[in-house]
Amino acid sequence: MNKTTIYGIFDDEEVLLSSVKEIRSNEIHIKEVYSPFPVHGLDHALGIKETRMAITAFIYGCIGLTFGIALIYYIMISGIYKSWPMNIGGKPNWTLYHNLPAFVPVLFELTVLFAGHLMSITFFIRCGLFPGNPEVSPDPRTTDDKFLMEIEVDGDISKVKKMLTKTGATEINLKE
Amino acid sequence: MQRESEIRDPLILGKKSYHDITRDVSRPVEGKANKYWWALFSLSLVLFGWGVLCILYTVGTGIGSWGLNKTINWAWDITNFVWWIGIGHAGTLISAVLLLFRQKWRMAINRSAEAMTIFGVVQAGLFPVIHMGRPWLAYWVFPIPNQFGSLWVNFNSPLLWDVFAISTYLTVSTVFWYIGLIPDFAMLRDRMSAKIAPMKKKLYSFLAFGWTGKAKHWQRFEEVSLVLAGLATPLVFSVHSIVSMDFATSVIPGWHTTIFPPYFVLGALFSGFAMVETLLIIMRKVVNLESYITIKHVVYMNVIILLTGSLVGTAYITELFMAWYSGVEYEQYAFINRATGPYWWSYALMMGCNVLTPQLYWIKSIRESFIATFVLSIFVNIGMWFERFVIIVTSLHRDFLPSSWTMFSPTFIDIGVYLGTIGFFFVLFLMYARTFPVIAQAELKTIVKSSGSEYKK
Repeated sequence: MNKTTIYGIFDDEEVLLSSVKEIRSNEIHIKEVYSPFPVHGLDHALGIKETRMAITAFIYGCIGLTFGIALIYYIMISGIYKSWPMNIGGKPNWTLYHNLPAFVPVLFELTVLFAGHLMSITFFIRCGLFPGNPEVSPDPRTTDDKFLMEIEVDGDISKVKKMLTKTGATEINLKE
Repeated sequence: MQRESEIRDPLILGKKSYHDITRDVSRPVEGKANKYWWALFSLSLVLFGWGVLCILYTVGTGIGSWGLNKTINWAWDITNFVWWIGIGHAGTLISAVLLLFRQKWRMAINRSAEAMTIFGVVQAGLFPVIHMGRPWLAYWVFPIPNQFGSLWVNFNSPLLWDVFAISTYLTVSTVFWYIGLIPDFAMLRDRMSAKIAPMKKKLYSFLAFGWTGKAKHWQRFEEVSLVLAGLATPLVFSVHSIVSMDFATSVIPGWHTTIFPPYFVLGALFSGFAMVETLLIIMRKVVNLESYITIKHVVYMNVIILLTGSLVGTAYITELFMAWYSGVEYEQYAFINRATGPYWWSYALMMGCNVLTPQLYWIKSIRESFIATFVLSIFVNIGMWFERFVIIVTSLHRDFLPSSWTMFSPTFIDIGVYLGTIGFFFVLFLMYARTFPVIAQAELKTIVKSSGSEYKK
C-alpha cells in the first residue's frame, strides 16, 4: 500500500489547536505540525513529552563548576610539584577553602559558560540544526503566517481530508 | 492563547496581520539602503579607519603615545572600556531579565538591544588588549599550559576575573542572540527567491541552520531561551560587579569602597538604556518600524532611566556621606577634591547629566516625547562617560606623594582610538540594521492578538 502525506494548512493558531485536539481524539496520528511561532499548548495537544533541556543545563553547570574547582586547585593550590607557590597579597594559598572567596567569581563564570554553551550545543544536536543544513519545511509559508499539519495516511484519505476541512483547514495539499 | 487587560496600552499599532509583520521586518533586508544610511555608514567607516591607524600607531610605538604618565597610569583606555561594557548591559537586561518577568514590550526591542550589547562588548574588549602593548600575546591572560614551569595566571586578581567574566558574557550573549535569530533567518530564507536573489537565499539558508518550526523544536527553543535568560541574568550583574572590583579591591582612596558593585551595575543599566534609546529612536524612523517601537516602549525605558538615574545619584551622595562618616581624611580629601579640585568641571558634568537631567522625566510631556528623549539620552551617554573619567582620573591624579601630583591630558591618539571604537560600533550596527531581522518577528507574532491595537478594540 502506498502512503499519502496530507498537508492541512491553517490561518490561525487557535483554529489549529482545536483541530489538533479534535483530530487526535479521532485516533488519527499527526506526524508533525509546523508553525511560524511557538503556539502555547500545542505540545500538550500533540502529546509531546516535556523537554529535558533545563536538566541538561543543570548537569553542564555542575560539570563547569567541578572543572573550575579542579583548575583553580591545580593552578593556585597544588601547583606543578609545588615548585612556585604564589604569595599574593598575603592571601593564604595552602588550602582551597582558605582562599575560596577570591575564587568565587571565576567559579561562577565557568559554571555559566559551561551550562550556556553546552546546553545550546545539545539543543542544536537534538534538533538536527547546523550551519548550512538544507532542510526546509513542506511549505515555505509556515515561517510567515501559515500553520501546517502533516498527516501520513495508509489507503483511504477522504476521512482525514473531511476532518481537516471540518475543523477549519483553509487549504489541503497531497503528496504521494 | 494569552489575554491582556483592556486598559493596557497596545504595543503594536495599526492593523497588523502575521504577514504584515513578516513584510515589515524583511523590508530593510530586501530593499536598498537610502542615502542617509550611506552617509552615516561612510562617516562611521572613516572614524573606524582613523581608529585603526591610531591603534596601529599605539602598537607600533608603545603606550607612551597615549597621555598616560607615572601617576595617572589608567585614563581614557579604561574609561572607554567601562563605558562600552556598561552600554552592553541594557541589551541583556531587556532580553533576559524582562523575559523572566514576562514583559511583552521587550519583544520589539530585544533584538537590537542585544546587538548593541554584543557590538559594545567587542569595543570594550579592544581596550585592555591594546593596553597590553603587545596584543599578539593577549592569549597569556588565559590559563593555558606553558613552557615557563608553573607560571600561571593569578586567580586572586580581579583583572583575571574580568577575563573570565567578559569572555563568558560576550560568548553567552552571542549564543542567546543567535538562537533567537534562527527562526527569523528561516523566515528570510523562505521569503527570498532563488531566482532573484540567489546569493541572499544561500546566505540565509546557511544562517538558518535548517530551521523548520516543528512543534518539538519550538518547545525546546522556548525552554532553551528561558534557561539562557536565567543564566544571563546573574551573569549580567556579575560582569559589571567584577569590572567595579578592578577598582574596589585596590587601596586607592576613592576606589576602595564596598558600594562599587551595585553602583556600577546601576550605572551600566542607566547608560545602556540611554544608548538603546539613542539607537532605536533613529532606527524606528529609518527602517519604518513606528508601529512596533512605539512611544509606549520609550516611556517604559524612560521610567527605567529615571529609576536607575535616581539610584546612581543616591550612590554618589552615599559615597560623599561615607567619606565624611569614615573619618579618614585621605578618603575625605579624595571626594572634596573631586567636587572642588582641578577636575571640578568633569564632576559637575557627571552630576548634571546623570542626576539632574533625568529628573525631567517626572514631567509627562517630556517622558512622552521622542525628541526630548533623544536629547536626554545623549546627555546620559555623555554623563556616564564622565562618571568613569571622574572615578578613574581624579582618584589617581592626587598620588600618595604630593611631588607626584599631576594632571592628565589626552593625546590625539587617545582621542583617535576612542572615536575609532565609536566608528567601529556604528559600522557593525548599521550593517546589522541592513542584513539582520531587526525585530524578533517570531516572538512578536505571539502577542499580536493580545497586545495589537486592532485586537484590543
